[in-house]
Amino acid sequence: MAQSIQETQEDLIEEFGLFDDWADKYEYLIDLGKKLPNLPEVFKTEENVIKGCQSRVWLHADKQGDQIVFEADSEAVIVKGLISMLIRVLSNHTAEEIMKADLYFIDQIGMSQHLAQTRSNGLLSMVKQMKNYALAFSAK
Amino acid sequence: MTLDIQKIRADFPVLDQQVNGSPLIYFDNAATTQKPKSVIDALSHYYALDNANIHRGLHALAERATTAYELTRTKIKEFINAPSSDQIILTAGTTGSINLVAQTFGRANFSKGDKILISNLEHHSNIVPWQMIAEEKGAIIEVIPVDERGVLDLEAFRNLLDASVKLVAVNHVSNAIGTINPIAEMIQLAHAHGAKVMIDGAQSIAHLDIDVQALDIDFFAFSAHKLFGPTGVGVLYGKRELLESMPPYQGGGEMIKEVSFEGTTYNELPYKFEAGTPNIADVIALSAAIDYVNALSKEALFTQELALLAYATEQLSTIPGLKIIGTAPDKIAVISFVIDGIHPQDLGVLLDKFGIAIRTGHHCVQPLMKRFGLPGTCRASFAFYNTFEEIDLFVKALRRSINMLQ
Ligand SMILES: Cc1ncc(COP(=O)(O)O)c(C=O)c1O
Repeated sequence: MAQSIQETQEDLIEEFGLFDDWADKYEYLIDLGKKLPNLPEVFKTEENVIKGCQSRVWLHADKQGDQIVFEADSEAVIVKGLISMLIRVLSNHTAEEIMKADLYFIDQIGMSQHLAQTRSNGLLSMVKQMKNYALAFSAK
Repeated sequence: MTLDIQKIRADFPVLDQQVNGSPLIYFDNAATTQKPKSVIDALSHYYALDNANIHRGLHALAERATTAYELTRTKIKEFINAPSSDQIILTAGTTGSINLVAQTFGRANFSKGDKILISNLEHHSNIVPWQMIAEEKGAIIEVIPVDERGVLDLEAFRNLLDASVKLVAVNHVSNAIGTINPIAEMIQLAHAHGAKVMIDGAQSIAHLDIDVQALDIDFFAFSAHKLFGPTGVGVLYGKRELLESMPPYQGGGEMIKEVSFEGTTYNELPYKFEAGTPNIADVIALSAAIDYVNALSKEALFTQELALLAYATEQLSTIPGLKIIGTAPDKIAVISFVIDGIHPQDLGVLLDKFGIAIRTGHHCVQPLMKRFGLPGTCRASFAFYNTFEEIDLFVKALRRSINMLQ
């Protein structure tokens, strides 16, 4: 049985709780970004680009059974780390679970600055786009 | 005159703060400059004591506000050596000034097949307004190329000039890479072919001496916020015969002489182009910014900035994989750079954690980024209140960030 969205968020909060300065946190985030597998070139299409990011970010979604599976990539490694966490939390869940997910972990791990509208790295746009995919799949 | 930088820094309240646990290092001066206390005080003084609408009232406050507002116009006239203050049009910014010229001079003078020359260095603000009017009038935009160093190709410029060129619109200084363009020579060449010249002075006004008469500039635009003044104020200088021949821009109060339902006669310069209640407080506070720069002398300030540029260029060059974009021999204190295998955005995020403000991205010059085959760069831009110690801290933080990312 897979973890719930809430359980994964709790895991992330615990992992980030181990770091006491920002540099350790960002090194971990960079590491997550480097470890996220590259998105196959065929999915790096104009259609999959998330608008509103300073670096290019691609997000691909697929429905497997009743679950949605996300894959993503970015030119910027910190953004890739952020999206890697979002994938860990949201991928392999049903459209309904994804749509109603409250992503409180972002604030709890001290990354809410990346959620602000003005941040051109577009974490907000990524979350929106993931929820949009869920909405689109649930309508099908 | 040598500058007492610590004393100068004390004039800028914003510089004295911690960001993410470190003292703020502000290296984003090409985006906007910080404001001395005298500018901030002028704003609150105006609202606390003088606030009134200008030009219309007979009462004491209206009189004081009008006098202060018009005093700024006179100071601007002197600052750029314009022949007369009624050739100083107050706008909302460089963008506003360029759009004004495009929509009035352009509307009256461009016709099908006419050419507008811009350069590969231009900010989107000096591209899009021309595209809009060109599309409407069937005019053609041609682009002066830049070489690998980011220097305009004057030979190509000469070849582009012919009788169909109605306007040359170029920046004095590039915001993205700092190149200072040889505008005196370009203006002479353009005039020899009967073309008028609009200079986007957004990036030169705070650093270079501007004499619109000596340079024989037809139109000159700048923003107060890049001159240590408030946001929301810009200037358009124009030659008298051009401004007088141009149709008005926006309609409204202030820009009219007489209104009836049968027709309206327009006010004289500069009011013809200043419809509605202007940004009174910010215009008045611009006076304080001009006084501040004059008191220290622009030349002394620029000398300090060039020393910072030379030092930073030397220090950055020691970082492996770092490439400076824009190596023109004449530059203001702006350094754009990229680092092998690292996205500029990642550096911007980490430097912010060190309390360092730089700009990353395309800097509103996408065609120039395309010319260099880059999606964007990191840009550090200095002002006279920056220090050599700040550059040392910046280089150290940059090395540490690169280590984290590699
Ligand atoms: C060269 C140049 N032109 C035009 C502008 C636009 O100025 P504003 O946004 O103040 O209208 C800028 C501002 O970044 C600039 O650097």
